[in-house]
Parts: sequence; C-alpha cells; structure tokens
Amino acid sequence: MKNYKNVIAAYSIMIFLIILVGVFQSWSIALTILNYCLISAVMTIGANIQWGYAGLINFGIMGYTALGGLAVVLVSVEPVKKAWQVGGLNILACIWIIVAIIFVVKFILNRFNKSKLRNYSVASVILGGIILLRVTATPGIEAIESVDPAKTGFLGGMGLPVLFSWIFGALLAGSLAFVIGKIALGLRADYLAIATLLIAEIIVSIIKHEEWLARGVKNVIGLKRPAPYEIDLQTSDWFIDLVAKINSSKLNLIKSISDKQEALNQMVIDASSVYVKLCFTGLFLTVVIILLIVTQKALYSPWGRKMRAIRDNEEAASAMGKNIVKEHLLIFILGSAIVGLAGAMMVTNDGLFTPGSYRPMRYTFVIWVMVIVGGTGNNFGAILGGFVVWFLWVEAAPIALFLINLFTSHLPETNAVRVHLIESAPYFRFLVIGIGLLLIMRYRPQGIIPEKIIKQ
Amino acid sequence: MDFLNAIIVLLNFTVIPALAYGSQLALGAIFVTLIYAVLRFANFATGDMMSFGTMFAVILTYYFQSLGFGLGVLPTALLTIPFAILMMILYMLIIDKFVFSYYRIKKSPPVQFAMVSVGVMFVTQALIRIIIGPSDRRFLDGEKFIFKAKEFKEMTGLAEGITLKSTQAITIVVTLIVVSIMFWFLNRTKTGTSMRAYSDNEDLALLSGIDPKRVVLITWVIAGILATIGGVLYGLDKSYRPFVYFNNMLPIFAAAIVGGIGNPFGAFLGGYVIAFAEIFVTYAYKRFISYLLPEHLEPDSLLQLLSTDYKFAVSFSILVIVLLIRPSGIFKGKVI
Repeated sequence: MKNYKNVIAAYSIMIFLIILVGVFQSWSIALTILNYCLISAVMTIGANIQWGYAGLINFGIMGYTALGGLAVVLVSVEPVKKAWQVGGLNILACIWIIVAIIFVVKFILNRFNKSKLRNYSVASVILGGIILLRVTATPGIEAIESVDPAKTGFLGGMGLPVLFSWIFGALLAGSLAFVIGKIALGLRADYLAIATLLIAEIIVSIIKHEEWLARGVKNVIGLKRPAPYEIDLQTSDWFIDLVAKINSSKLNLIKSISDKQEALNQMVIDASSVYVKLCFTGLFLTVVIILLIVTQKALYSPWGRKMRAIRDNEEAASAMGKNIVKEHLLIFILGSAIVGLAGAMMVTNDGLFTPGSYRPMRYTFVIWVMVIVGGTGNNFGAILGGFVVWFLWVEAAPIALFLINLFTSHLPETNAVRVHLIESAPYFRFLVIGIGLLLIMRYRPQGIIPEKIIKQ
Repeated sequence: MDFLNAIIVLLNFTVIPALAYGSQLALGAIFVTLIYAVLRFANFATGDMMSFGTMFAVILTYYFQSLGFGLGVLPTALLTIPFAILMMILYMLIIDKFVFSYYRIKKSPPVQFAMVSVGVMFVTQALIRIIIGPSDRRFLDGEKFIFKAKEFKEMTGLAEGITLKSTQAITIVVTLIVVSIMFWFLNRTKTGTSMRAYSDNEDLALLSGIDPKRVVLITWVIAGILATIGGVLYGLDKSYRPFVYFNNMLPIFAAAIVGGIGNPFGAFLGGYVIAFAEIFVTYAYKRFISYLLPEHLEPDSLLQLLSTDYKFAVSFSILVIVLLIRPSGIFKGKVI
C-alpha cells in the first residue's frame, strides 16, 4: 500500500505543476505540455518494455518515431494521381526487385554450403540488384518529383482517416524492428546501443532525402486531424453558445453591447484552441490507459516473469529451456511498435511532418533519460518519467530566465554577463536534464518509482 | 597525359580530402578506443568533449588575435592548442572525479557507464552552448592555401589542378606526429606498457603493482590531448559548430568499431577506412572516367554510386556489415 501512496503523490504533484502552468502562463500552453507529456509517456512505455522488462538497450528510438510519422503521411494524405501515372510503375517494379533480391539471397544461403563462392555470389547478386534498382528507379523518381514540386512532388498516401495511421505506424516500426533485431540483437549491450543509434540515423537520412516518398526536407503540411478545426468551431453556433454560457458571469459584467461582442469573440478564439487540444488529450489519454493496462497485465503474467528471468540471468533462463533469441526479438518488435505509434501520434498532433527535425538528442537520449529517471521496469515510473522530464525540458528555459533575472537584478540592463546569460537561457534545459540524470543515476539508480518485486 | 589528368582529378577531389577527414576521425577514434580499453565503456560524450576542447581554442584564438599574437602564415589556433589541452584535461579529470570514479569503484556494468556518459554529454553540451553559443564560428587565420589549382596547372602544364589547403596539410602532418608519439609512448615506455597491461587484465596488473589511479589519470591526459587536437583540426578545416561535433561522434564510433574497439592502431586505420569509403562511394566519377575513355564512349550520367546526402549512411552501413561479419573489427580488437 505504501508503494501506491508514492505513486499517487508523485502523479498529483505532476498534475498540480501542469495546473500551475495553466494558471500562470495559459491553459493552451498547459494543454500543449500535457499532450506532449502523454506522447512521451507512450514512447517511454515502449522503451521501458525493452530496457526494463528485457534489458535490451535500444538507442534507435528516433528512427521508429520518424517511421511512425512517415506512416501518417502514407496513410492519411490523398494520393497524387498524376505522380502515380508517371512514376508509379517504376516504384512498384522496384519493390518487386527488392523482394526478388531477398528471395534469391535466401535461396543461395539455404541451398549451398558455406564457401567463398557462396559469399561472392551473394555479394554479386546484391550489387547487381542495386544497379538494377537504380536504373529502374531513377526515371520514375525524376518524373514523380517534377509533378508540381512546390505542392506535391511525391506519391501521396492512401487517403484514409488519420487514426488508421497510428496502427499502420506501429506495424511499420514493428516490421522494421524485426529486420534490425534479426541483424543486431546478437551484439553485446554497448555495441547494440551504437548499432541501433546508427541504424536510426540511416532511416532518418533515407526519409529526409527520398523526396518521392514523403517530400523529404520539404516537409508535408496540413495533415488530417482526428479533431475539429478551430475555424469551424469559431463559426458554429453551438460552440459560441457553450462559451457564452460558461463565461456568462464575466460577460454580464460588461455593459456595452459592442464590448460584449468583442470579449465573446476573443473568448471563442481562445476556447476553440483549448477545445481542440482537449480532444487530442482525450485520444492520447485513451491510448496511454489502454497501453498501461495491457503492459501491466503482461508484466505480471507468466510471460513477464519469463522476460525478467531472462533479463536477470540469461544463462539460467536458457538452461530452463527458454528461447532467449526469440523472446528478445519479440520484445524488441513490441517496444519498437509502441514507439512507432507514439511517432504517429506526435505527427498527428502537430499536423505536419518535418523529417529535418528528427535528431538523436531530442528523440533518443531525452526519451532514455525519461525511462531512467522515472523508474526502469515499472510502467507507472516510466510514464511519470515522461511527464517529469518533458515538463522540465519545456519549462527549464522560462524558469532559468526567471532565476537569471532574479540573481542579476542588481546589474545594469546592458551588463555583458547578464545579456549573455539571458540569451543562453534556452540551453539551460540541457544542463537541467543532464544534472538530473547524473544525480538520479548516482543516488537513486532504480528511478523515482522503482520496480516492485512481487513474490508470487 | 589523359591518364595523369585522371589521377590528378581523383587526388584533388577524393584522396586529399579523405586523408584530412580521415585524420580527424582517426584522432577521435583513438580517443574512443582508449577510453573503451582502459576504462571499459563506450563514451557517448566523445563528440561533445572534442567540442569542449575546441571551444577553448576558439576563445583563446580570438583573445590572442586581439592582443596581436600570431604565427604568421600558420593559424593562431596552433598556438592555443596547449592551453586548450590543459583546460580540457582539467575538465575531464573533474568529470572523472565526480562522475565516473564512483561507478568504476563499484564495478558497474558497461551499460550503466554508457548511460552516465549520456548525462555527461547533456551537461557538456549545455556548458558549451552557455559559454560560446550555438552559432557557426570560423577561427582560421594565416595563409589559406599552400598552392591553388591555377598555380598547379601553370607549374605542370596539365589540364587539371590540385588545390592543397593549408588546413589539410596541417591536419595530416599534426595527426601523424601526435599518433606516432602516442604509439611510441604506448609501446616503448614503462607507463605505456603498464596501461596496456591494465587494459588486458586488470587483476593481474593490480597484482604486479600497477597503480590503477595513475593509469586512469594518464588515460584521461592522453584522451584530452587527442580530443582537443582532433577537435581543433576539424574546426580549422571546416568550421566550429557545437551541433556538428555531436554528429561527428557517429562516424568516429564507426571508425573505432570497424578498426576493432580497444585497439588503437585499428582505430587509427579505421578512421581512414570510414573517410575513404564515405568519399569514394559518394563521389561522381564522370570527370575521372571521361579522361580514361575515348571521346565517343563518354558517359552521360554523373556515375555517382550514392548521392552525397547519404555520406553518413555509408559509414554506418559499413559499421553494420562489420558488426555482422566480424564483430571484433577488421584489425581484431578485444571483445570484453
């Protein structure tokens, strides 16, 4: 019972902090922070499954997040018919060539014994395949990218509702994790970290530079939304009535009719943005709660016990007849799929896909700090970590600015040190996160809410 | 004559830049590998530590320039390197004392060390941005070129020319000097031997009376020298930008692993392997081929294997292939 008290206390403090932001800054900012906290929480659930349940170190979170984002574009954007007409055939042919290469390589590997000849033939098949791919793809890609390059210049998506993309993002990230896991999971822990970090970098550079796929660094804007648009809300009667009803006491204080109308307009504009964000919050909260229930059930199931046994002592678990390679691969896929889902949620929330913004600092290391700070192996801890670290990440700059002003208030406005410090306020977030991580690693290595050892 | 021209084209656009870039990577890779061999963890703060050392060199260069000091044709930054190294070593020792030593005494697993180094990375990045800011800075002064393409053409009468930037020459020369001194130190001196013994088998080394504190101290000193020189050379050649240094960590890791992590000589060669691969795969061979083939066979396309956007991806793919086929690296590092 004592454990639950800690959890409840920690979450209440977090909610209180977000409410404070709402009171002091604005409700719109508070909700933005809350939404991002929820998205971060989904990412940390994914990372925590891999690290906390199974002890797999995956520094490739950025890659899966980007894939989730790509899924939103591929699913929800309307297909560009003209681009399909001019270059679709080439791209489809390329997919078939890739499938053919994989099958031929597999065939050679299965059919012949290990020898130099086999290695050379595999290498030559792959090299020949790549040359064939380039020859087939180049005219198609050029044709696609020249279709109205300012607006489209890519194949577009399937034109489905955007919520499907969340599932598709998870599938995409999961299937990529299958391939990467097959390749890299045999490596030792720190090699695995480096390999996944670099593979994620490769994925992002492909998304950035293959413009026929999702416009690359030219970005895709105006993606579909699962929530109403602000403009529609501001013109619909029921919403205006609702806002007027909620704020009736304030409005009644204003005497003149024109002032009243103006105040109401302002309120409607503010309320519409809050309403849209609330819709997102509801969706994200549903996802987080579903994931939390499922992962919690899994953690305390025989399967969860098996994973912890593998994590704590691989050799003993393997002696008990557990298939470690298979279980590692499975958990690698599951965790990555959840991260992919979070990536799709994030792009849906933003309404735009900007491949240039995927950087390892923000999308890999900060997520790892969240998991470590919150509590590895404990889902409540991981989610709390997502909330705490994201809150610090966003609010560190305003707090730093406040503190700098406080401590340098005796200095004149033009003092060089003061000006320099005020200019560098945004970078204090790195300092706060770094020192926070170091302190937690040193004095509470199990995280804010540690893993519970349950004897069954 | 055409054959000579083709060679010159290749030298000018691939070999010389690759040698310079490879030297910068090699210094960083030896830094990674030394930390890995002696202190036994993958240091994710590598790029930012290099950036931290370079930052001091940049600040001191501006200071010296304002005082009117300089080396004439050579860049002033060379004069500031010793001071920057001192500051860098001081910073590394402080970090080691307050952060890493605790986990070393506790004998924590390497993964925990790696996570701690991520914390150090965040702090270092913050300090750099707070002290010098994130913007792009050039601190190269003195003579920019040793000879330009035009002068080379006039000298030799060939159709193609070689441009040799002074930073490229300085990079290659300084790297060779530093690396040879370091190998001499590691292989020929008593302290170097004790370091290698400590890295091979810690318990045996302790038994034969090697002081672990001294070994760790010397490792950080060498690391500080390598990190600062590597960082300053890169900054002189391109420009100093904190963000780029963080990104450079990735090819440096690739170089260290390709060469066999824990093996300094492998890391040295690994740097060049990565640099040459990156540049050779993304170079457009059209001009080179057009000198070799008769005129009617001249190719239409650029003859580029991959576009330069994929420069980093090439080195990472090499790393993945090496990890799959031979995880101990091309030159057999240790597998701890």
